[in-house]
Amino acid sequence: MTVDLVLALTIGGLFAAGVYLMLSRNLIRVFLGFLLASHGINLLLLSASPDGVPPIVGEPTNGERVADPIPQALILTSIVISLAVSTFLLAMAYRNYKVTRTPELVDDTQDVDFADVTPGGGEE
Amino acid sequence: MTWLLPVAILLPIVGAGLTLVTGRRPRVQRLISISILSLQLVVELTLLALISDGGPIVMHIGGWTAPFGITLVADRLAAFMLVVSTAVSLTVLVYGISQGMADDSDTPETPVSIFHPTFLILVTGISNAFVAGDLFNLFVSFEILLTASYVLLTIGGTRERLRAGAPYLVVSLLSSLIFLVAIAMVYAAAGTVNMADLSNKLAELPPGVVATIQALLLVAFGIKAAVFPMYMWLPDSYPSAPAPATAVFAGLLTKVGIYAIIRVQTLLFPLGSFTTLLMIAALLTLLVGILGAIAQSGIKRLLSFTLVSHIGYMLFGVALASQVGIGASIYYVGHHILVQTALFLGAGLIEWVAGTTVLDRLGGLAKASPILAILFFIPAMNLGSVPPLSGFFGKVGLFEAGVADGSTLAWVLIAGGTVTSLLTLYAMVRVWGRAFWRPAPSFTEPESYDSAVQTESGRSLQVRRRARRQALVQAQRREADAKTARLPRGMVGATMAIVGVGLLMTVAAGPIYAYTDTAAANLLDRSIYIDAVLGSGVPAPPGIGTPGS
Repeated sequence: MTVDLVLALTIGGLFAAGVYLMLSRNLIRVFLGFLLASHGINLLLLSASPDGVPPIVGEPTNGERVADPIPQALILTSIVISLAVSTFLLAMAYRNYKVTRTPELVDDTQDVDFADVTPGGGEE
Repeated sequence: MTWLLPVAILLPIVGAGLTLVTGRRPRVQRLISISILSLQLVVELTLLALISDGGPIVMHIGGWTAPFGITLVADRLAAFMLVVSTAVSLTVLVYGISQGMADDSDTPETPVSIFHPTFLILVTGISNAFVAGDLFNLFVSFEILLTASYVLLTIGGTRERLRAGAPYLVVSLLSSLIFLVAIAMVYAAAGTVNMADLSNKLAELPPGVVATIQALLLVAFGIKAAVFPMYMWLPDSYPSAPAPATAVFAGLLTKVGIYAIIRVQTLLFPLGSFTTLLMIAALLTLLVGILGAIAQSGIKRLLSFTLVSHIGYMLFGVALASQVGIGASIYYVGHHILVQTALFLGAGLIEWVAGTTVLDRLGGLAKASPILAILFFIPAMNLGSVPPLSGFFGKVGLFEAGVADGSTLAWVLIAGGTVTSLLTLYAMVRVWGRAFWRPAPSFTEPESYDSAVQTESGRSLQVRRRARRQALVQAQRREADAKTARLPRGMVGATMAIVGVGLLMTVAAGPIYAYTDTAAANLLDRSIYIDAVLGSGVPAPPGIGTPGS
């Protein structure tokens, strides 16, 4: 069994960059991070045949090799889903910009409030 | 009668399309979505009756037999979840419609026309998750319901909802990515994503690979189910959504995660690995959740924390991996869906009557609206598991299973569960005592006012001032309206219906427990599910890409 090192490193790099960006408060960065991470996933699905080689199966001896359709179907579905989620993320980022005039998320008002509220409601 | 199975999924998605094209006619929209969900409920009740008589129903979409095509499977567990979820969705829909008709001052810019299609898509996703026969179809159902939930959570696009929706979105995206990674690894390792096929093939794989897959799946589902330490997103995002959306999220979305955990733990990983970890996670979920709930000053946040806390009970039953434990867990899932939804609907009614859900500003509601007091009291006591309500029966079953298990950790969990149950009762009594029983707080002294104003939103001075002004106006209005408070009939009726179904789980606890117990037995005897999907006796044909090919 051989592992394609370049592919593995690419997938890992895409994931690392994607998750790092998704942890940001800036929604555009979250959007870009999500795109990178879903590319990483698609590559992972593509390499998801037993030995990490392209998903082509069959007996090479008699010269008939066919592509395994399942990874392709999975990737296609995953691309469609990330398209829909990307649309929503972009709409959300735009709406957030219109409401707050900043690309970043505002503070959680209740968390800040909560810091100076006595536990239990303050009347006991 | 296998054709009924896809019909249960097709109905809401077709309804979503119909309500989308009739977006300009709210009356037609309402008619369509209510009749679609009622029809779906009838179909699912039929399925339930068929399955409890004749075993699991399987449908191979397009005639592609398992493990190659997409398979829909409904066993006892799936049928139970389908019926409960659609019943809850239907009542919440009635509540939401009634609220929309009665409460026009809420957010005038809210695009109400998208509420119905989105809600029906959410129902589609939830129903599809329960009958998905392969991991990828389960992933797709999760995406359907999550995308719909993003829209419902941020409906209207106000500042507060965007802030609350964004972390929910990011956390859900991350969990979906983890789930997809797990699927890629499953396919790489076993060459199939069909769950029945997998349960045969995973046994042949090296234990390290299986453990990796199981850990990834448990993390992905654990985030959805809000299991400690992955629960932080839930109390943060749920309270700011509109009341019907919060109610249906609280009732159903976390339970889809629990359903997925039950399914994979029993079907794919029957050897019981990770059970110690699950037990510890269950204990911490119970305790951390309920301690969080006690510290809250807003009813909706408090309820969100009790929701997190009680996930621990269901996880406890799954971790025990015995028939009694899983059966009690399934019963508890049904109980908790109904009770938590009823409480959130009740919180919506409180907000409607009093204009706020902050405990310090509430009071005197028992006098103002006796019917609301009763409607909130019953599920509140049920959540606190006062005998003879269904929460009590659920916990008795779980603790019995724990005693039968007999390990030290199980005893610790029984102790933790008892403490949590008592603390839940304390939290619910505090809500009831403050909001309903004590006399309405006086709003005339401005001094006491400064400390009393703790809105669920509002930090800056301007917001605080505005909230104070609003509160004064609301207080005056409430005093004036206290005796004549008229709740919309649909909202009260829907809440009443869900409280009634919750009581039914108490009255009919015997038959329902017998049903869930058999469901658990069927889950533990995996051959029933596997034979139904793959055909009995016939060994599964080797999948494409099987290791060694």
